[in-house]
Amino acid sequence: MSANQSVAVEFKRVTKSFGAKRVLGDVSFQIDQGQALCLLGRSGTGKSVTLKLIMALMRPDSGEVWVDQDNVVGMGEHQLSLVRRKLGYLFQDAALFDSLTLYENLSLPLSRLTKKSKDEIDDVIRRVLTDVGLGADGAKYPSALSGGMKKRAGLARALVLEPKILLADEPSSGLDRITAAEIDELLMRRKLEHGTALIIVTHDVHGARRVADRIAVLDKGNLVAFGTVEQVSQSENDVARRLITE
Amino acid sequence: MRWLSRLFEFVGKVGLFSLRVLIASVKPPFEFAQFCRQLAEVGNRSLALLIVSGFALGAVMTLHTRSTLVTFGATAMIPAVQAVSFFVEIGPLVAGLLLAGRVGSGIGAVLANMRASEQIDAIESLSVDSFKFLVVPRVLACTIALPFLTLFMDFAGLLGGFLSEELSSHIAPALYLNRAFDYLQWSNFIAPTLKTAVFGFIIGSVSAYFGYTTDKGAQGVGEAATNSVVVSSLLIIVADVLLIKCIFFLFPDTAI
Repeated sequence: MSANQSVAVEFKRVTKSFGAKRVLGDVSFQIDQGQALCLLGRSGTGKSVTLKLIMALMRPDSGEVWVDQDNVVGMGEHQLSLVRRKLGYLFQDAALFDSLTLYENLSLPLSRLTKKSKDEIDDVIRRVLTDVGLGADGAKYPSALSGGMKKRAGLARALVLEPKILLADEPSSGLDRITAAEIDELLMRRKLEHGTALIIVTHDVHGARRVADRIAVLDKGNLVAFGTVEQVSQSENDVARRLITE
Repeated sequence: MRWLSRLFEFVGKVGLFSLRVLIASVKPPFEFAQFCRQLAEVGNRSLALLIVSGFALGAVMTLHTRSTLVTFGATAMIPAVQAVSFFVEIGPLVAGLLLAGRVGSGIGAVLANMRASEQIDAIESLSVDSFKFLVVPRVLACTIALPFLTLFMDFAGLLGGFLSEELSSHIAPALYLNRAFDYLQWSNFIAPTLKTAVFGFIIGSVSAYFGYTTDKGAQGVGEAATNSVVVSSLLIIVADVLLIKCIFFLFPDTAI
């Protein structure tokens, strides 16, 4: 068990390789409940892999990944299922299920993982969809949604089980600045109103500056900077400094 | 030798995948709604294709058979030849191959697309077992649907054969049916129809294997669709040889 009960996610000396390519090398960091961490770095530096390790969609080669006091490395499927209920995941392209309507996308986890009645499920879905500005779109299929709407829908699905920790993979990619700011606003509201810990992979430095309590910069599989925006902007590492200031 | 080791590796992987399907299909929770959805989809996608193909094949076969049997003055045997060949071999085999093309490619492509677009990861992240949710219902749907679809194909073939024969010899429907089923025993009908459940299992599990396990992104979608059709068609033909030997062993009187 992790000693500190306020820790949301902690990486301890995590390494991960794909064949000969090392994606993460000896990475350690932690983020507390109610905080927002933005992961920055050039493409292919292991940011999305970090999220997948937290969700245990991948296993690290070595090291420990703690999620709310549970080490998910080596866990069985049943235990993982319990841990995953504490997590929400907004995928890069939303990853909505094509064959299901937006309503069905959201009702899938609710009907399987909770004991809510049909009416209660309807209420939750209506509320969450309204929160993300899609109150009138529940009957639509993902193919009928725009890019921004898909992101919102993906966020709604990630939030429908009221997770303690929300993972977001490039929530603003492919969106105009206004829509991206709206998505950031939704994430911030989640953090402030529900105390949800946010771990966001992003290339949007403006968004990161707006949302993040902590910034982590990954480069060539190494964590080259970690701290507040001010601390990272004064980092000795050139890549980290350039990423946050330019 | 390298291709041989790759072949063994592939056979082992597909074998383990199929075993996993079998185990998962008897362990709760059961994805009944998904199963019904897939069953409807398999039927919906292939019923018309199988009926039309069966009808056309039946008509063509009768034309060919007639031209041969006329030589021996045995045209009265046409309905029996038609029925036996369709119910025993042509119906089950062609239905399996058509389903592999129509549904197998679809299963491979859909699952590969879901893998590429992270939908399978999304299902896992929602604490839902993606294998039970996506793979098992599709395999079971193919396994259960194919014997029924084969029956439609068999009878469509018989109808096609009758219409072709009616145009040539003005045979009465009752006489045609009487002659058709004169030489057909239950064992000629039940065992070959049930063997298509094995074909369905092969189509479902091979196609799901290619789609579910791909890691090549968008390129993997096309590959999974093509490989699903090619490999499941090949395995159906190989399995047919083995199953016919089994049927002959279990029902020796069917070895006409």
